[in-house]
Amino acid sequence: MTGGGFALVEGALTRGVLGQWQDVFGGSSDVWAAIVVIGVATYGFRLSFIHLFGRIDEVPQSVKRTLRYVPPAVLAALVFPDFVTLESSLIATLADERLIAGAVAGAVAWRTENVFATITVGMVALWLFRFVVFA
Amino acid sequence: MDPLHDDLLAGVRDVSPLMLGIVPFALVAGIAAVDAGLGLAEAVGLSVIVFAGASQLAALDLIGSGAPLAVVVGTAVVINLRMVMYSASIAPHFARYARGVRAGLAYFLTDQAYALSVAEFGASDDRSRALYYLGAAVSLWIVWQIGTVAGVVVGAGVPDAWGLTFAVPLVFLALLVPAMKDRPTTAAGVTGGAVAVVAAGLPLNLGLLVGAVTGIVVGLLTEGRSR
Repeated sequence: MTGGGFALVEGALTRGVLGQWQDVFGGSSDVWAAIVVIGVATYGFRLSFIHLFGRIDEVPQSVKRTLRYVPPAVLAALVFPDFVTLESSLIATLADERLIAGAVAGAVAWRTENVFATITVGMVALWLFRFVVFA
Repeated sequence: MDPLHDDLLAGVRDVSPLMLGIVPFALVAGIAAVDAGLGLAEAVGLSVIVFAGASQLAALDLIGSGAPLAVVVGTAVVINLRMVMYSASIAPHFARYARGVRAGLAYFLTDQAYALSVAEFGASDDRSRALYYLGAAVSLWIVWQIGTVAGVVVGAGVPDAWGLTFAVPLVFLALLVPAMKDRPTTAAGVTGGAVAVVAAGLPLNLGLLVGAVTGIVVGLLTEGRSR
């Protein structure tokens, strides 16, 4: 599971502290290295302006504009491929219980904006189509 | 009652309705960790060290599908970029505290803690900023960790055919819909998703990153055009 581009991060991190962690907790040192790098970067984002405030008054407008599109673009890029996989024919692409359940859940999300309701209805729809309708 | 405790408790009270959404989200984070082949220690490590649900789920999704870890890290980092925006927005309220306190407050910053706190700070000048924020943010942290552990335990015992990990995209869907609130954000979402579907076959699981970046660019272009 070691990718080529990862060698840099891995080299820097897994040999020292993480090697010892691995002895204590078990598991893959690759995964631990990824967790730590993501965690450090995320903490850096959280701390950034909370730390800097007083030196910088405002976030540059261009940064603010760009950040506004991060949530919709990233979330959609995460969601769509889980509901739709391109198949050889249009029928095969559309007749998939994940797409139907996703569409139903999407309608619930739009009406209620409620995470709990969306998960519940989506899962029930998935089971209904997987175990009853398409069974 | 001690006014300091009042502020802390107000944070706890205001965040409690949100737990209805956080609990299943945390359970899914635990379930997805098991599904991606992580152990309990790694799953809890992820929830404690990263403590940002959407990025955790995306990272687990990619780890599970065997993506190189550079792609896993890159994707999670892009997802968490929005924290910079929250940090900037809440920073003026925390400027009164010592540097060490601010460093501690920053660790707990999440979408929900940010949104609640900024709304409350705008409405009330007397509220202790740190205590109200910590009341909400630490409650979220505790529920998140317990939920992750519960998810790992539950996830290990449920048959694959139930497709419990389908709850992961459902969580994202519930967050996506309100994020598409006008024309440019909708364009960013629709393009990002469509490109990710078409690019799903790209090597290194780069489809997600390519889709997300394309979506962001299209959002900016749409905004530029409509002004």
